[in-house]
Amino acid sequence: MTQTVSAPALEMRGITKRYPGVVANDGIDLEIRPGEIHALLGENGAGKSTLMNILYGLATPDAGEILLDDTAVTIAGPADAIARGISMVHQHFMLVPVLSVADNILLGEETMANPIFLDRREAHRRIVDLGKRFGFDIDPEMKVESLSVGWQQRVEILKALYRDARILVLDEPTAVLTPQETKDIFLVLQRLADEGHSIIFISHKLFEVLEIADRITVIRRGQVVGTRIPSETNEDDLAELMVGRNVQLVVDRGESHPAEPALTVNDLRVTDDRGQESVKGVSFEVRAGEIFGIAGVAGNGQEELVEALTGLRSPTAGQVSVAGKDVTRHGPRALQQAGMSFVPGDRHRFGLVLSFPLEDNLILTQYDEAPYSRGMVRNDAAIRAWAKQAIAEYDIRTPSATVTAGTLSGGNQQKAVVAREFSRKLTTLILDQPTRGLDVGSIEFIHRQVVAKRDAGAAILLVSAELDEVLELSDRVAVMYRGEIVAVVDGPTAEREDIGLLMATGRRGAAAEAALVAATHVTGPGVEA
Amino acid sequence: MTALRRLWALAVIPIISIVLALLLGSLLIIASSLAIGESLNLLLPLIAYESLLEGATGLSLLDVNAAGVPSLAFSIDPDRAARALTSTVAAAAPLVLTGLAVGVGFKAGLFNIGGTGQVLVGAFVAAIVGAAVADQPVPIAVTVALAAGALGGAFYGFIPGALKAFTGAHEVVSTIMLNSLAFFIIVGLVNDIFKIVGPSFARTADVGNAALPVLFGRNGTVGVLIALAAVPITWFLIYRTTLGFEIRTVGANPSAARYAGMSPRRLIILTMSLCGLFAGLAGSIEILTLGYYPAVFGTGIGFAGITVALLGRAHPVGILLAALLLGGMRAGAPSMQITANIPIEIIDVIQGLILLFLAAEVVIRRTFRIRAERVTPGELGTVAKTYGEGTV
Ligand SMILES: Nc1ncnc2c1ncn2[C@@H]1O[C@H](COP(=O)(O)OP(=O)(O)OP(=O)(O)O)[C@@H](O)[C@H]1O
Ligand SMILES: [Mg+2]
Repeated sequence: MTQTVSAPALEMRGITKRYPGVVANDGIDLEIRPGEIHALLGENGAGKSTLMNILYGLATPDAGEILLDDTAVTIAGPADAIARGISMVHQHFMLVPVLSVADNILLGEETMANPIFLDRREAHRRIVDLGKRFGFDIDPEMKVESLSVGWQQRVEILKALYRDARILVLDEPTAVLTPQETKDIFLVLQRLADEGHSIIFISHKLFEVLEIADRITVIRRGQVVGTRIPSETNEDDLAELMVGRNVQLVVDRGESHPAEPALTVNDLRVTDDRGQESVKGVSFEVRAGEIFGIAGVAGNGQEELVEALTGLRSPTAGQVSVAGKDVTRHGPRALQQAGMSFVPGDRHRFGLVLSFPLEDNLILTQYDEAPYSRGMVRNDAAIRAWAKQAIAEYDIRTPSATVTAGTLSGGNQQKAVVAREFSRKLTTLILDQPTRGLDVGSIEFIHRQVVAKRDAGAAILLVSAELDEVLELSDRVAVMYRGEIVAVVDGPTAEREDIGLLMATGRRGAAAEAALVAATHVTGPGVEA
Repeated sequence: MTALRRLWALAVIPIISIVLALLLGSLLIIASSLAIGESLNLLLPLIAYESLLEGATGLSLLDVNAAGVPSLAFSIDPDRAARALTSTVAAAAPLVLTGLAVGVGFKAGLFNIGGTGQVLVGAFVAAIVGAAVADQPVPIAVTVALAAGALGGAFYGFIPGALKAFTGAHEVVSTIMLNSLAFFIIVGLVNDIFKIVGPSFARTADVGNAALPVLFGRNGTVGVLIALAAVPITWFLIYRTTLGFEIRTVGANPSAARYAGMSPRRLIILTMSLCGLFAGLAGSIEILTLGYYPAVFGTGIGFAGITVALLGRAHPVGILLAALLLGGMRAGAPSMQITANIPIEIIDVIQGLILLFLAAEVVIRRTFRIRAERVTPGELGTVAKTYGEGTV
């Protein structure tokens, strides 16, 4: 693993990149050794993705140089980067869902039998071989859309390996993975590093970084503020280095004072896109002034449940009521009017219009309400004023309110969605992965806001793939397993182990252990957990 | 500075497309002159384009001697210029409207190929209603006929909108079919039920007082004012109203629109109807200028709307400029035919070439090494789907 200091495989020197109104990278020096797993840490908008985009040829630096094996190079574009052995797995996936695994891997890197036809057989053989070598069996003919996120991530990595990457960049690869999937991916990364590949790994999860990295470089506002070795640092130290202040990693949520039920769900059944029932008769109630958390491995029906509750998907049976009023099958507009606010899990699909200015995104669900519109006409002054306030209050790092949302860093996009949804007059708040992609400082802030909303009397439903987040915030915790709620426990006294077993097996205690043993090794690609 | 750069980023592809189309067009001009047995004259395209410009604006740049050799000579005849410019704006007016009929659709992520059919239906309704109110006072007759034509077009846009909203039928396919349907039904009606006795060819009755009053020049009708007014009105609608925000949101990200509480169905129907309304108005203006609906009313304005919208990057102001360009080409073509002995149809070819190059944007960007404005991965699909959304 950690070998004696050898010549760097990659050096970036004095990299500077300016965008209108921001210096995204401000003289960054970075050195990556062969066979090293090097983590990049930094606040949202610190410039991590930008630096990696420069390395991958997606952006041109204004100053600085890149050295590969001690030779200065200019990287003209992704094709050039790939030719030089640099591959990147992006923060947001870039796979074509309707194509097969093999097609996705071959895209842009076709193995030709002759100048006209692809050599599919040879390509398949290479893909299967690669998969075997790194410990994952994959059928190259599976459609990507039928794979779980964890397996899609593996396809992304496979794609990079297929291109003989010596340097592999992974931008927040674990943000959407379950703990087990993360463990599996880490095994793959470790094996790659042992074989001499260099890996640059970006994550906001400090414990992960401490676990996997050989060295950690911290970036703040476009500058390197320090490099650490895991054995000589800890989470608090890293958080402080990143944010520049002491971060409270666990917020103090205080006592809850639940009142009357605000959101009631009764025997709800929902089918997914493939026509399979993925929510199988779920009932629960969330009371005003309470945070009700739903824990569960992604893909156990949480997504469909949330969509049904927020009017994006029509349930096949059951009732939903908000503040005593039946709202089953009501659309998003009616639910918003009934006092519901919703932070969706997929910010690019639902939460934002990336080609619109940030300020328009900040009113996406309020665009036709006073003061943002007068009659049918937009009120720009009010929109600007709110944007200014939201940017300040939620610390959205952006050069201005008029840049398109797509230019914001991933975490800042998330903050924009949260700012918008938290600002509504609301009685019920539905949060789906509210802190995905956020840095520790922002998570602390958002968690405080959630608790404040609860104390102000809102009924809050929290769905998160982060068990720690659910346990930290929830007054009551439900575990969802294969479309059903298998247990509801008291939040403050919930045992992490207990919940973990429920998530994995739907059972408790000895029965769970037995089920776990029986279930090992039967999961393959795309198999729902 | 950055504003200028943004404008340039938007305009660069249209400009390159126009230049390439003119270059290729000049080859065709030379070829066509050779085909009719004239001797090779490499300066012919220059002469042709100059006479096109002169026909469109009255601005003369060249003097051609008896031997056919041009020399630089700048001159402008005010009378000629006034006439030429009037013709240009008159030809541009319906193009502005058909351009909007496509451009507004782009904003909602819809590709309205049905301009042709919507023009025909609008024109036909305007002709029939116009004939019915032919004896009313001019302001009433004109208003009623125009309104009827616009509504006729809107109805013919509503149909594919509703089909898409409720059955998912793709508007490109349904509007193409509706174009043929409108053409043949109307031909049938004009040659049968609505045919008047008298003229040697089939046509509908005269629209009388519903004919568009001429306000300036020979053919500067009320239609020009309507088209000019449509530009700021559409801009306001798209960029300043909540409805426009809804239309743009549905176009850029339909899932987000649903999440935000908008109704994509309602917006698809509404937008397609609005597109039809613009096209119907364009057809009405054409017919109420002519005075009746002829046996076969073939007009390229519906289809040209696609070129206008793409050239104008789906922005109302861009559409106005593009319509003026194509309108100028139409107005100047006869002068080109006379001076350079080039068939008028070359204009349609050039227009077709412009469309071809616009559609080949990716190829052009590669060839001329123009970087696209960086788009984030999630946006790529949207951009591919809704051309011109980059103008937001
Ligand atoms: N294409 C662009 N145009 C304009 N500004 C940009 C662009 N890309 C990035 N930026 C700006 O550069 C800064 C750094 O963004 P970057 O995406 O590198 O952050 P990051 O460290 O990856 O953050 P996160 O953890 O939230 O993903 C941000 O302020 C962002 O607004
Ligand atoms: Mg990033």
